[in-house]
Amino acid sequence: MKATGKVFKYGDNVDTDVIIPARYLNLSEASQLAKYCMIDLDPTFVQRVAPGDIMVAGTNFGCGSSREHAPMAIKAAGISCVIAPTFARIFYRNAINMGLPILECAEAAAAVADGDTVEVDFETGAIVDRTTGKTFQALPFPPFIRKIMEADGLVGYIRSKGAGSHG
Amino acid sequence: MAMTMTQKILARHAGLDKVVPGQLIEASLDLVLGNDITTPPALDVFAATGVQKVFDKEKVVIVPDHFTPNKDIQSAEQAKKIRLFSRAQGLVNYYEQGEMEMGIEHVVLPENGLVAPGDVIIGADSHTCTYGALGAFATGVGSTDMACGMATGTAWFRVPSAIRFELVGKPSRWVTGKDVILYIIGKIGVDGALYKSMEFTGPGVAELSMEERLTMANMAIEAGGKNGIFPVDEKTLAYLEKYAPKRLTAGNFRITRADDDAEYEETHTIDLSKVPLILSFPHLPSNAKALGTFPEIAIDQVVIGSCTNGRISDMRVARSILKGRKVAKGVRCIVIPGSQKVYLQCVREGIAEDLVEAGAVFSAPTCGPCLGGHMGILASGERCVSTTNRNFVGRMGHVKSEVYLAGVPVAAASAVAGHIAGPDEIGAEGEA
Repeated sequence: MKATGKVFKYGDNVDTDVIIPARYLNLSEASQLAKYCMIDLDPTFVQRVAPGDIMVAGTNFGCGSSREHAPMAIKAAGISCVIAPTFARIFYRNAINMGLPILECAEAAAAVADGDTVEVDFETGAIVDRTTGKTFQALPFPPFIRKIMEADGLVGYIRSKGAGSHG
Repeated sequence: MAMTMTQKILARHAGLDKVVPGQLIEASLDLVLGNDITTPPALDVFAATGVQKVFDKEKVVIVPDHFTPNKDIQSAEQAKKIRLFSRAQGLVNYYEQGEMEMGIEHVVLPENGLVAPGDVIIGADSHTCTYGALGAFATGVGSTDMACGMATGTAWFRVPSAIRFELVGKPSRWVTGKDVILYIIGKIGVDGALYKSMEFTGPGVAELSMEERLTMANMAIEAGGKNGIFPVDEKTLAYLEKYAPKRLTAGNFRITRADDDAEYEETHTIDLSKVPLILSFPHLPSNAKALGTFPEIAIDQVVIGSCTNGRISDMRVARSILKGRKVAKGVRCIVIPGSQKVYLQCVREGIAEDLVEAGAVFSAPTCGPCLGGHMGILASGERCVSTTNRNFVGRMGHVKSEVYLAGVPVAAASAVAGHIAGPDEIGAEGEA
């Protein structure tokens, strides 16, 4: 699976409060949340983003609140993938669990510029900056996490294991 | 290989003799928690799992505390959705506003005897790490993990490595666990413990009350930590005797000690006697500055409360500073007890009366202003000294508002002074 899109670039410690502020957390549908994605950091993001676009950020992306509304909003806004050197651990889990591709790659996060066109291969972790021609290699996921992603998230993984026996 | 406290607890819950950092395991859960914000999406995911009933109706706890009492129609609809689910599932530990067990989730779970040493707990709230104060492994997760935890009673974890904080000495007057954890976050940064455990050890632990330990473990997430954890000592057992007598007498808990030769990625020695009164400046909890090292900063609001500092000892300290004084003209001082039990105790001890006479707002328990929900939202340009846990851009309101994190003594003294101040500046005596 591959994605190609225009890059929206942000700094270090992008927290889930700016990704989706609490004043919108009385909503829980992804399409509703997407309307306010990044509003406190980049108020015009929603108007500018196109399906397939890519978010590139600094360290500790998604820190703070555990709200899964944050990866939900990013995914529903059309973002195909987030690239950062490190992710806050709850955001990391949430993104995997609900099927938002994320890639850890410090080199790409440093070199790719806002507005560049980037191509990402989720299978191999290869990242190509089409604007500059530079290539990067993201860290591969451990096999267990790949299994969850192949099952289209944690729910699919649990269903595949036949957890329905509690019913 | 020797194990840390966290690794031992995780190994036991995964049915393994040992685990190593980086290992992926599936662990059984003693408690699964959600609130009124994170539970609604979790219910959609739970439905998608195809599971009809939660794994244990006594071990799934839902606390509608963030936007309650319901702040608007949409919040009311979300609260209704989880209320109906909780009833249909027969959840034993679902609480409604006003019930004696109700309040802010991380205040009420220990208070209601639902947490004990050795437990593995996940909560769809990042401050679930609070329960590490009792020697449990507790960590925040999202709504999908909560849903799958409710369905299966298990969760996957990557076994964390650890950073050890060797606490020595005794805190100075007015310095609390809040100052200690803000100091530590200032030292290691907001991602200083990313993916790792923060294990607090050393003789200094005995100098910290259980409520201070709850405050410190609560903020492990603000250093990026997977969990924060304290060893179990006499104070822990006395706390259990008071709040979890059933589990204590039934022996339904497990004291875990780190191996003497357990490996830590780093060890920091923290001399508690050298920790000053700390404020974390906007807009990161790691922007820690010692009181007295910056020019006067005027304020508009003070918030005392939250899952970090909403316990009875916090209320008593607030009273010791505000009693007989007045909140400065032009400042709103909002005090929010963390639970109905804390609220009632404040009434019984006359704390409520003293705070109201001082000119403070005394509110029903809620997370409210901490996350910019309701009950104290800031306008553009306004500044607040708050005993809460985050000071991100827009956290308590307008993107151009500012939150300064502090302990209760500084927050209460600042309310009186009208600018950021310590208790000494306003002549507070307090308990020596």
